[in-house]
Amino acid sequence: MVVKCDFGALKQTKPHEYAMRFIFGGVVTVLTGLIAKEFGPGIGGLFLAFPAIFPASATLLEKHQRKRKERLGLHGAQRARLAVGVDAAGAAMGTCGLLAFAVLVWATVESHNAALVLIAATMAWLAVAILVWKIRKAI
Amino acid sequence: MKEMVFRFLIGGALVSAFAATADVLKPKSFAGLFGAAPSVALATLGLAISAQGKRYASTEAGAMVAGAVGFLVYASCVSWLMMRYKMRTTVTSSAALAVWFLVTFLARMAWPR
Repeated sequence: MVVKCDFGALKQTKPHEYAMRFIFGGVVTVLTGLIAKEFGPGIGGLFLAFPAIFPASATLLEKHQRKRKERLGLHGAQRARLAVGVDAAGAAMGTCGLLAFAVLVWATVESHNAALVLIAATMAWLAVAILVWKIRKAI
Repeated sequence: MKEMVFRFLIGGALVSAFAATADVLKPKSFAGLFGAAPSVALATLGLAISAQGKRYASTEAGAMVAGAVGFLVYASCVSWLMMRYKMRTTVTSSAALAVWFLVTFLARMAWPR
């Protein structure tokens, strides 16, 4: 399966939806910091992988998919539900990358250059996520 | 206060950037990978390293491992429920957060500190 980019999809998202994402992301990051400050990094760190944005993103995806499929005369609600299911399956594969990210930072940040560790961990996230996705597609 | 605003801006920008990347990618299963992007982690760890030091960030990353295990189970549950049953996205994805809490805290107890 070929991965494609469709920049036209950016037009489907309305300005207020972009604003909501930004605010949501900012609020979650602030809350994570506050939790860490109150309960310590051992608890605050748990929320670095909290799927706080996921419900809002999934709802947005469902809305866009339903509208698109209904315009084509297809069963919008059902197709949209399936699209959310597929997207969530992709997120599950992405979490394998997230695990790699966390383990890499945990194991190396104290003994190496922090900026390089974060860059390497982000690349590891992407590489592992894509690898798991490719393996899943090949099965 | 200044730190909070900075944290808010960095977190918002990173979450928006990864979400916009997911928007343009096809197929949806591939775009879904970006639903588990380390956006909040990058913002938080970057700031933690500069403000509290590397040991603090390492502890946070160690705890994040448990959170990622919780996310894996959470996303798998949402995917299964959405494909198998006629459930509403908002209700399913929000209610399943209870699974994240349960699995994450169990994994936290098992993961070395």
